[in-house]
This record gives sequence, C-alpha cells and structure tokens, in this order.
Amino acid sequence: MSTLKRRTVIGTVPAALATGALAACGDDTEPAAAGSPEDLDAALERGGKLTYWTWTPSGEAQAAAFTAQYPNVEVEVVNAGTATDEYTALQNAVAAGSGAPDVAQIEYYALQQFVLSDALVDLGQYGLADLEPQYTASTWAAVDLGGVYGLPQDSGPMVMLYNQAVFDEFGLTVPATWDEYVAAAEALHTADPNRFLTNDAGDPGFAQPLIWQAGGRPYTVDGTNVGIDLQDEGTRRWADLWNRMLQPGLLAPIPTWSDDWWKALSNGTVASLISGSWMPGILEGSVPEGAGNWRVAPVPSYDGTPVTAENGGSAQSVLKQSADPALAAAFLRWLNSSPESIAVFLENGGFPSTTAELASPEFTGTAPDYFGGQKINEVCVAASENVATGFQYLPFQVYANSVFPDTVGAAYTEQGDLNAGLEAWQESLEGYGEAQGFQVN
Amino acid sequence: MPPHPSRRPRRDWRGWQFTGPFAAVFVFVFIAPLAYALWLSLFQNRLVGGNAFVGLENYRTALTDPQFWDGFLRVSLFLLVQVPIMLALALVAALAIDGARLYATGLFRLVIFLPYAVPAVVAVLMWGFIYGDHFGLTADLNELLGTDLRPFAPDWMLASLGNIVTWEYVGYNMLIFYSALKTVPFELYEAAEIDGARGAQVLKAIKLPAVRGAVVIATIFSIIGSFQLFNEPNVLKPLANNVVNSYFTPNMYAYNLSFAGQQYNYSATIAIVMGVITAAIAYAVQLRGTRREDR
Repeated sequence: MSTLKRRTVIGTVPAALATGALAACGDDTEPAAAGSPEDLDAALERGGKLTYWTWTPSGEAQAAAFTAQYPNVEVEVVNAGTATDEYTALQNAVAAGSGAPDVAQIEYYALQQFVLSDALVDLGQYGLADLEPQYTASTWAAVDLGGVYGLPQDSGPMVMLYNQAVFDEFGLTVPATWDEYVAAAEALHTADPNRFLTNDAGDPGFAQPLIWQAGGRPYTVDGTNVGIDLQDEGTRRWADLWNRMLQPGLLAPIPTWSDDWWKALSNGTVASLISGSWMPGILEGSVPEGAGNWRVAPVPSYDGTPVTAENGGSAQSVLKQSADPALAAAFLRWLNSSPESIAVFLENGGFPSTTAELASPEFTGTAPDYFGGQKINEVCVAASENVATGFQYLPFQVYANSVFPDTVGAAYTEQGDLNAGLEAWQESLEGYGEAQGFQVN
Repeated sequence: MPPHPSRRPRRDWRGWQFTGPFAAVFVFVFIAPLAYALWLSLFQNRLVGGNAFVGLENYRTALTDPQFWDGFLRVSLFLLVQVPIMLALALVAALAIDGARLYATGLFRLVIFLPYAVPAVVAVLMWGFIYGDHFGLTADLNELLGTDLRPFAPDWMLASLGNIVTWEYVGYNMLIFYSALKTVPFELYEAAEIDGARGAQVLKAIKLPAVRGAVVIATIFSIIGSFQLFNEPNVLKPLANNVVNSYFTPNMYAYNLSFAGQQYNYSATIAIVMGVITAAIAYAVQLRGTRREDR
C-alpha cells in the first residue's frame, strides 16, 4: 500500500466511523427534516410496519388497540430488556448505524444521553410540541431538551408505601418528617433486629431522587458545559440524613428488585419503601401476600413542607434510524396522548403523566382493596403537584449510574460516610466527562 | 526412470482447495475481529468532538490505569489459589476412577462431570440462591448452626467465586486427566507388578508421568479461563453490586467500558493488552512444561 493511499484510508475511515456512531443518517439522508403535522395523518392512512421497544406491561395491549384502530399499520412490540439493558442494546444499534427500533421507551434520566448522540428525532417538526398542555410540568420538562425528543408516558412522583400491619404490630406512626422517619427506623429495628423500616444497598436510581427532594442540584448542564457538585447543600443534606440510617445499620442491605427484596416485602422484613407512584401497581401485582396491609403516604419532608421528586418515569422517542419517522411519530402521538391508549395503560396499573387523567375523579377515586380501600391516587396526585423543579441529569447519566456502585457503593458496604463516596463518584464522573470532551466545572 | 529436472512443475491449487474453506472462516471470524480491535485501539471517539487518531495513547493510559491493574491483580490471585486446588481435586478424582477401587465409577465420573454440562449462567444463578445470606440456603445454614457466613462480603467474594468455578470445571479437567491415564498400556502395569512395584510406586513411576502433558494443557486452559473470568462475577453483580464493581476483572472492565461507557476504543485496548499478557504467560507455562517433559 502506498503512503498516499494509506493516508487516505486513515483520513476517511475514522470519519465514516464517526458519522456512523453519531448519526444514523448521513448528510444527505435526513428524512425527518421534511416532516409536518399533516404527514402524521397521511402516514397513518398509508400504513406500514413499525418496531417498538418497551418493557411497559401494557405495551402489547396498547399496540393491539392501535392496530385495531389503524389496521394499515403493523406494530411489532419487542422487549429488548428493562431500562439499562435496553439502553445497552439501543446504544449499540446507534453506534452500529442500524438495528434500532422505530420507537423506544427511554427513562427521563437517560434521554439526554441519546439526544447527545443524535439518535432521536425532534418531534417539534411534526407539531407535537403543541401537546405540552396535556402533560404535567415536570414530565414535559424532562422531554423538552432543546427540542421535543419524546412524549411522556408515565411519571413517578415519589411517595412512601408502608405495611400498616407491621406498623400496627410495633406501634409505629407514619413519619411526616425525616427525623420521625429515622426514629421509626430505630424503634422497629430495636424491637426486632430482623426487621427494617426500609432497604437500600446503594442504588443511584433511588439516591438521586432523594437528593432532588432534599434540594440538591448536583448537575448543571448547558450544552457541552457540565457542572458536577455532589457536595452542594442539598446533596449533603441527604447524605447526612442517610448516614444516620446507614451507619447504625438501620437499612436492610438488600438490593432493590432482587429476589430477596420481594421476599422481604412479602414477609414484612422490610416495612416500607420510598418509590415512584408507579410502585403501588407493581406491589399489588408482585406481592400478593401483602393484600390489605399496604398504604400510601407522602414522602417525609425535612421541614414539614411537603415536597417530592420524580423517581423514574419514561418517555417514548422516535429513533433517527427509523425508515418512516412520520409513521413512528404518529404512533407515538396516539400512544402517549390518546385517551384510548392511556386507558389501556391505566388498566394495567400505570401512573399517567397527563393532567386530564390525573385530575379525573375516576382516577383519584379508585380505592383498591389491596391498599385497604385507601384512595391511594389522591396521595399520588398530590405528590405530582409537589415535585420540586430545576433538577437536571447528566448527559452521560447511564454511565454515571453504572459506576455508582464502584464509588458510593463502597460507602454502603463499609457502612461508612456517604459524603466520601459521593466525592469519589464526583471524581470518577469528572474524569469521564473530560475524557469524553465535555467542559467540566 | 530418471526424473526430468528441467521441467518446472505446474502450479498446483489442490492444497488451497483443501485449506481454503478453513482459511476463509479463520480470517473472517478470527483475524478480522483482531485486526478491527487493533484498528479501534488507535482511535478515540468522544461524545463531544468525535473521532480522532491518537496512536498509542490508549495503550499508555491502559498501562497506568489503576482500575485495569486492580482487576488484573484480582484475577492473578484467583489464578494462583483456585487453579492449583481445582487441578489437584481433578487429578485425585481421575486417579480414583482409574484405580478401579471405587464402586460405580461410571456414576462418579458422570456426577463429577455434570456441573460442566450446566450452562455457566444457570449455574451461577443457582449458586446465587445458595449464597443468599438473607433468604438463601446460607441464611438457613446460619440460622441452623448459629454461624455468620457472608459469601458476598468483600473479603469472601473471590473465594465464593473460586468455589463456583471449581465446582464447574473439576469434572472437565478430570476427564482430560482420565483420558491421559487411559492411554497407559496395560503391559506397563503388568511389568510393574512382576517387578514387585506397589501402589505408591506405580503412581509415582507410571501414572503421574503419564498425566504430566495433560496437566500442562489443563494449566494453560485454566490460566486463560482465569484471566477471562467474566460470566461468574457478572451474573453475581446484581446480588452484590457494591462488591463486584465495574472493573472487578479485566474482561468485566472492558465490557463495562464499551457497553455502559461507550468507550469502544479504550475497551478494545484493554482487551488487546489482556490478550497479550495471557498469551505470554500461557506460552511461558507451555515452554516450561514441555521442557520438563523432555528431560
């Protein structure tokens, strides 16, 4: 090979790799750019075939209802894994330049990462920005990232779920403040060393909403300028509080979602949990032994003023790799804004992001037997109105969460100082951010 | 008949026809991925700023990366402790079965080999239940005996993994040793008996020399296996997320770099560095092992 040729190869192949990794479509293939609102109805009429990646329990049923309404469109629902597993598959497809679905479920915290790798279609060009008034402010803020990169499916304002039977047995009252919460944890664990008020073995998807609730705003993202301060006032407030739970051993060291965890919830070893408002539906489905025992309450506060944060919740987005982005956007519009679709979603125990459903008496009035006839949605809807604003996630949050166990996790195993763990996490994130070309402050 | 030295033989392609299919597959599934990994390792693709040629920069980073060396030391320790134990157990099992002093040797052979037939992921999930110190078998055992076993504790994790790997591969290595023992001609034993050799002497003079070559092979396989340790810790990670960190073994580190961190280039570099180290150590063991055999 001559020197000249070799130089050409080195010059062009990386460029080809880069475009392949960053954008599925090259300069000349930008089909999405020509979109308009009329395209969506036309696409539904024309029909076609779509692939939809989701792990939502109602995904199949929603797709079936859609096909019943629009028989020309065929939707293949694929469960490509839950959360992180799906993102791995999706990231690989984006990097490879092919293999991505038309529509995919992406949690709010991970959206920015896919926006940054230019994987998602801005739905604004199809007029979907007009749907903003339908959604709660916090969920819309999560998809409106300098363009509408998805439509909110559900939301997860945090609430506290507790086992009334255990609370009665040990004479505990429902804590309204974090001080009362720590006191209740001590009382329960002292009375029976095998029981815990809650579990936490170190989970970034749990710690960050709690930091959010405590007023922490550790990440500031402005384009490629990223600020990371995991020792700001609110973050420290949470870490100091949680140290009081962690260090004396008041937290059951059981990883959330593990088999042990389900058992601990079934047999009352873990007496309460703080989770998103989508959790009651899951609890009812997965812990049948707890029927009648569980109740829902607001998350404890630091100063008596009710405030909460979003825990989880997903949007659906259209991928740039889609061969028919207009049709994909039309499906997405139906999926996350039509009453027919949302009805199916609610039937399966989902918690909506749309204000109309949240306000409907039918929704707030449900009183499931599982929760002793409590009108649990009243608590959850109230929580959705108390979500603190202004929290941002990092543009590389999926990676950040993957190294949480390496750093903050060490503090959990040693029952040490969470602040030290957070500092180690910060250092690791700064290193990664800089290596990836961000301006890190 | 005298040969015709002046006539040049025609080029014969028959050899290529035989090796061609293999060569094509070999190049496609073996050489090409290696070459691609080498190629990748010379670049750096950032989320912001795109792709750039960086020469050997990734290798410089890898050689001074504390997380990489942390994982490397961990698998080295694993190798030094677990492999001798596993091979010794396998050798004892092979000798016991070969000695024909056992009843139902066929059954023993099958039972010891069975774990190897269980897919690794399934086996590790099963061990995960056994190790569970909240509601697993270990929890029941702790309650019954008043012990405080914590297989997932940071100090015990490596031993717990070693136990799983030993369980999985003792049978496999036993079969290698057993087949080596089977190649010893019966006449040799007969001659030994006539010469008045006793059990221990037969073992020392006939059986152990017979398996030496197999031990070298099994050691090389085990070195490669240890350095590539991935399935077992990765499946246990959700159960002990803080102990099995993202760089617990070099292979896990490479996996997490590329799949969680999208650092495909650096991940390829780690894989290549680890591959070179593994090849060097395996080669050294082979040289040493075969030299002894010649003596």
